[in-house]
Amino acid sequence: MTMPFYAPPEQMMKDKADYAQKGIARGRSLVAFRYDGGIAIVAENTSSTLRKVSEIYDRIAFAGVGRYNEFDQLRIAGVRHADLKGFAFSREDVDARSLANAYAQSLGQVFTHEFKPMEVEILVAEIGLDADGRGDQLFHILYDGTVVDEDDWVVLGGETEEISERFAEALPDAPRSLADGVRAAVAALAGPDRTLTAESLEAAVLDRGNDRRAFRRLGDDEVATILTG
Amino acid sequence: MSLPRFGPHDPGPDFAALLRLTSTGPEVGALGAAAQHPHAPPEIPHGTTCVAVRYDSGVVLAGDRRATAGHLISNHRIEKVFPADRHSGVAIAGAAGPSTEMVRLFQLQLEHYEKVEGTPISLEGKANQLGQMVRANLPSAMQGLVVVPIFAGFDTAASRGRIFEYDVTGGRYEERDHAATGSGSLHADTVVKLGFRPSMARAAAVDLVLDALYVASDADSATGGPDPVRDVFPVVAVIDADGYVRLDDAELRRRTERLLRRHRSRREGDKGDAS
Repeated sequence: MTMPFYAPPEQMMKDKADYAQKGIARGRSLVAFRYDGGIAIVAENTSSTLRKVSEIYDRIAFAGVGRYNEFDQLRIAGVRHADLKGFAFSREDVDARSLANAYAQSLGQVFTHEFKPMEVEILVAEIGLDADGRGDQLFHILYDGTVVDEDDWVVLGGETEEISERFAEALPDAPRSLADGVRAAVAALAGPDRTLTAESLEAAVLDRGNDRRAFRRLGDDEVATILTG
Repeated sequence: MSLPRFGPHDPGPDFAALLRLTSTGPEVGALGAAAQHPHAPPEIPHGTTCVAVRYDSGVVLAGDRRATAGHLISNHRIEKVFPADRHSGVAIAGAAGPSTEMVRLFQLQLEHYEKVEGTPISLEGKANQLGQMVRANLPSAMQGLVVVPIFAGFDTAASRGRIFEYDVTGGRYEERDHAATGSGSLHADTVVKLGFRPSMARAAAVDLVLDALYVASDADSATGGPDPVRDVFPVVAVIDADGYVRLDDAELRRRTERLLRRHRSRREGDKGDAS
């Protein structure tokens, strides 16, 4: 007769959390912040084809760190969720909060019920309809389904403490320009010992000035101009 | 609404397939099933004439504003020309309800693919997608709910405007220079055919489609002419390398007034010759 091993639930949850955190810490981090024209997301990413930041809906963007295949699966699920909702109801009924809740439930479900937790942290960003950015939202969702409603900026990934410290120091007070924010983000991601070039960065914005679809990627040229400027 | 995840039956970037897999959307093809009823609804709104013309750096797509239900005019300012995505547009003649629904699904299909795959569908691929949707509508079409679109866009790979016509079975035919669909298409197409010049300028192409719709409205009761009293003009869209742009009413009013002056002076000229 086999005896089942007993592991206390606290230990199991802690093991899972450690496992997920380790996986996330292996990847590169990303920074998102509000600027005078919308929300910008800057990620360290050496690949120019495998994206960490992408468009979900008209005013909603997605960003993920950790295991690529896992957050990309979540990204596609988010696009489907948003497009189905917009088709069944109306485009203005699609919002980041409901999407963030769906993500949180999905991640929480996986964390408690499945053998392997997802090694991801994701961000759902939405720009509001007001010109002064009052309706902007940043939802930071962790591997276990925890949702944090961020106010002005957020760092996702490994070494978040160090990066957050550097970013808080370098980031000018709101309202700030896109260029100032991007320079602060890149300096914070790089740290004191490295310099990051435009080729190893991925940047995108939700631009209030755009038409219906606010999401826009910043090209390498554009990022390089900002970094030298 | 929880996150949709599928496993082995994953629909990929196909929104129409996703819609079939979930119960949240309206039943696709429900109209087709309803149309199996021996008596199709007799007098539902129909939209009519649309034309497309290629010019030197893109395409012009235009449609009149009338919807008819039987012998009645059911709408004076319906729109039949829509952006499909940034570089393409679709103009639809036929039963108004299924037409607008097809456009909505088509627009979303293109955007959904682009977001999921991270790259837009090729122009040819978009034309094929629309063909599949028209074909899916065939059972309804056999019962009178016909939808016949024109698809036009700027092919960013080939750097030129392209036009596609369809028949009710979803057959897709690329037209080199111009196309027309709907009840007034015979008259409109004749005007376009006579006025067309290779490598026309944009302004000339816009004037040509306005003239074509005007002449069609003169001969076909289901096609609406320009209405300066209500300020209703055809919907005209221009698609070039910079994308889809719908012309504003001020420009259309100016061009329509000039067109009407031209027709008037031609008639006055005729009178002069006769006397």
